[in-house]
Amino acid sequence: MKTNKLFTLLLPTVAVTGLLLFNALKNDTPPKHKAATGNAGLTLPAGFTASLLVKDVPGGIREIAPLPNGDIYAKIYTPTMRRVVVNKSIVLFHVEGDTATVKTSFGTTPGSGVYIKNGYLYGSTDTSVYRYKLNSNYEVINPEAPEKIVGGLIARREHQPKAILVDDNNNLYVNIGAFSNSCQVKDRENGSMGIPGCPVLDSAAGIWQFKADKPNQRYKDGIRYATGLRNVVGMDWNKQNNQLFVMQHGRDGLSDMFSQYYTKEQSTLLPAECLYAIKQGDDAGWPYIYYDQIQHKKMLAPEYGGDGKKTGGEKAIDPVAAFPGHLAPDGLLFYTGTLFPEKYRNGAFIVFHGSWNREPHHQAGYFVVFQPFKNGKPDGQWEVFANGFGGTEAQINEGGNSVNYRPCGIAMASDGSIYVSVDNSKGINRGAIFKISYKK
Amino acid sequence: MTLNKIAAVFTAVILLSSVSVYAQVKKTAVKAKPTSSKGLSANMANGKAIYGKVCITCHMADASGVANMNPPLIKTTYVLGPKPKLLSIVLNGLSETIDVDGDSYSNVMPSQAFLKDQEIADVLTYVRNNFGNKAPAVTLADVKKARAAKK
Repeated sequence: MKTNKLFTLLLPTVAVTGLLLFNALKNDTPPKHKAATGNAGLTLPAGFTASLLVKDVPGGIREIAPLPNGDIYAKIYTPTMRRVVVNKSIVLFHVEGDTATVKTSFGTTPGSGVYIKNGYLYGSTDTSVYRYKLNSNYEVINPEAPEKIVGGLIARREHQPKAILVDDNNNLYVNIGAFSNSCQVKDRENGSMGIPGCPVLDSAAGIWQFKADKPNQRYKDGIRYATGLRNVVGMDWNKQNNQLFVMQHGRDGLSDMFSQYYTKEQSTLLPAECLYAIKQGDDAGWPYIYYDQIQHKKMLAPEYGGDGKKTGGEKAIDPVAAFPGHLAPDGLLFYTGTLFPEKYRNGAFIVFHGSWNREPHHQAGYFVVFQPFKNGKPDGQWEVFANGFGGTEAQINEGGNSVNYRPCGIAMASDGSIYVSVDNSKGINRGAIFKISYKK
Repeated sequence: MTLNKIAAVFTAVILLSSVSVYAQVKKTAVKAKPTSSKGLSANMANGKAIYGKVCITCHMADASGVANMNPPLIKTTYVLGPKPKLLSIVLNGLSETIDVDGDSYSNVMPSQAFLKDQEIADVLTYVRNNFGNKAPAVTLADVKKARAAKK
């Protein structure tokens, strides 16, 4: 009660101070880009700035969906920590300059995905997709009553989060990650071979397409739009190609399970994390193959007769770009703004959550990469765009629970800057949002 | 030129990191408590080697695990608790989401039954007496008993 009183007393003070500060800043420069003048601890290309809008958000933030006014809907993945409910499942942040504050929060359905389209706010749990109607101010009209769009999706202990997006034809795309590392008879067990005709593919390891406005759909109402994708978290619609692009998380443990064919060193670098351009009916080859970014080849998986040398997957599509192994791509954004310099337009920003399974090598990732594109195709070498989410080099090398922030989602704000969300800080599910801007 | 710069920075990062990983490993070795007998210290050294070969990928170098996926091995009831339970997890694997001190971990733990009995005893003794843990050693007899109970 005392704390509440204190809050009540403090709140107006904070608000007034904020207002005064805001007004003071207003006189100097346009408020929109005044915010990001520092780098918030990130290393960025010349001319770019960053600010940490909010941190220590209980439960961690997965995907984010910005509004035209700059505010952000954020999806909380784990509202329960140590058996205590710490947050609602969706938080709306109001962004003012350098700071994001909680405007409202609602929902009891934790999960990963959030997406705004056609006047609806879509969200995903590990087994379902639902939506809320928005009013003209992008406020949820009835936060107590989401409409279930898809239910009954498989989630079994691995790759459970469901990434979602809606295209311009009102199709809903849902990633259903494989509930297995490489479809072994005994998952992740030393030397266990692959199950013939991998049954995981029937209900997972692919992108499913549903109708974005039809309630209560199940598997039978959707189509398996693309298969052979082990797990996808980052996906975006490429407007130039009018096509779905996805980032696959490559398999783990080549050397852990098949040390006769792979050294630990090889296993830390392979296989690639792949960017795929998806057409309906495509097969990216999991679990039968993986992509080797060093040899630029599709390799037969050891579970299915591979030995690190045999190639395979003649019918599987090739990635359009390939990145080092185990960096965990959790966010993909095609940059359609005009704030950033010309070279970034229509290129891909990829958020790498950062590795945990590169021992005995140092861990890596925890950064945002830029892959230049030209005419809808990757053009030139990728580069690290925003680095340092993890903290010092020592923290990054140690990885996992040592890093300051594990970046996850990415979205473009209406002013052309980008927001990057964080789902974990120092091993605890605490969220944050960074804003990266450019000084014209 | 920019690419070259990036490459140079990357090389530097990789070099630096290998040094720091090496330094870290050394530090851990120094920190390890001196053991009473020569036999035990040989077992600990063997346990450490097994840990670095088999366990480290998921449980990490400092045994702190990976949030939401792979549980930590630091002062948890699983590690410090009864030996039969711990041995059963190592021999049979674990395919259920577990709660460790209030946080849940969901990744699959594969069976490590392919390890030799002595290797299992050594690695578990090592884990139970490192990373801030202190618990009685796991003996060869403990492993044999658990192996017999497995089927």
